Amino acid sequence: MKRIKTWLLFSPLLVAGIMVIGNPGSGTEPPHKTAELTTPDEAFDVMMQVLTHKRCVNCHPADNYPRQGEDSHKHLFGVERGVANAGMAATNCNTCHQDENNNYSGVPGAPEWSLAPLSMAWQGLTKYEIARSMLDRNKNGNRSLEELEHHLTEHALVLWAFEPGVNAEGIPREKPPVSKEDYITAVKEWIEHGAVVPDETTN
Amino acid sequence: MAQLFQMKPPTKMNISFKINGKAHSVDTDGDAPLLWVIRDVLDLKGTKFGCGKAACGACTIHVDGEAVRSCSFAAKFAEGKEITTIEGLGNAENPHPVQQAWIEEIVPQCGYCQPGFMMATAALIDKNPSPTDEDIDDNIINICRCGTYYRMRKAIHRAAELKNSTTSNS
Ligand code: FES
Ligand code: FES
Repeated sequence: MKRIKTWLLFSPLLVAGIMVIGNPGSGTEPPHKTAELTTPDEAFDVMMQVLTHKRCVNCHPADNYPRQGEDSHKHLFGVERGVANAGMAATNCNTCHQDENNNYSGVPGAPEWSLAPLSMAWQGLTKYEIARSMLDRNKNGNRSLEELEHHLTEHALVLWAFEPGVNAEGIPREKPPVSKEDYITAVKEWIEHGAVVPDETTN
Repeated sequence: MAQLFQMKPPTKMNISFKINGKAHSVDTDGDAPLLWVIRDVLDLKGTKFGCGKAACGACTIHVDGEAVRSCSFAAKFAEGKEITTIEGLGNAENPHPVQQAWIEEIVPQCGYCQPGFMMATAALIDKNPSPTDEDIDDNIINICRCGTYYRMRKAIHRAAELKNSTTSNS
């Protein structure tokens, strides 16, 4: 057993102590630009503002430790990846994370809560490297472009980034800087225009 | 000051599940933590509240055989499930190997965290009949404020031994 943070036991009763202001998990809404994206490179940039955000990268670590929080610290309690990217045999992701966010405990949740496999590690990569890795069928779970678009725009676990709920103190988690609608539009436009990764030397 | 959130008004719903082999049907807020249903509605007080944020493991139960922290498990997710709490693990006449090992190693001090540890251990030895020290470190990450970890580790190995001997004798 890891001797961790014994002070956490019997810490203040957060469930009862949560203050009541504002709307559930609202946080600050990112601006929703309805303006059309004029170039595929612009679409790429909008998409990557989301995919490089901590809400995504925290679950795409380059090692065996999930990250959490706005500062992307290692998951507390020594939680590890495990063989199937979902934790250890008896203590796994679903020991605490369920199919939706839990506003009582502040534990986030979505269907299939788990880490991205190591082949999809994004931590420490540039947006260009992430995009190239995402397109590489040897690394992306052998997804075609069509499957990639589906994954990026419809997979509940991916879209959780836009509904990240509140933390244990009742404070809404930070959302990516663009709205879900703008992100989905950007992904579709980028893929429609051939999913070209811009030249990083000229950007 | 950071903006905090407002709980949704409770939505009452009927939830049916089995707990310790007995069928129950409760009318409750579907988003309420299952821990409160277990303790306050069903009056099973063995499962403890420690932190309320899935950090300490005092509230660990089994849902369909998997260890779950019930302070972070919405009651609605219990629909149709088989739930086991410490009261259902075994009894004085027929203790579960984990309970037997805990008695032999005289593990508890104040006892508050122990049901959670025992439920987590029962789940561990179900999945891994002979856990190593490293397996124990990786899987038993509950918190004991009294620091009974040393005796617990011995008890976990003993529980595995007892369970394996009952399995091989049957
Ligand atoms: S009370 Fe549930 S983990 Fe602490
Ligand atoms: S025995 Fe007291 S908290 Fe563990």
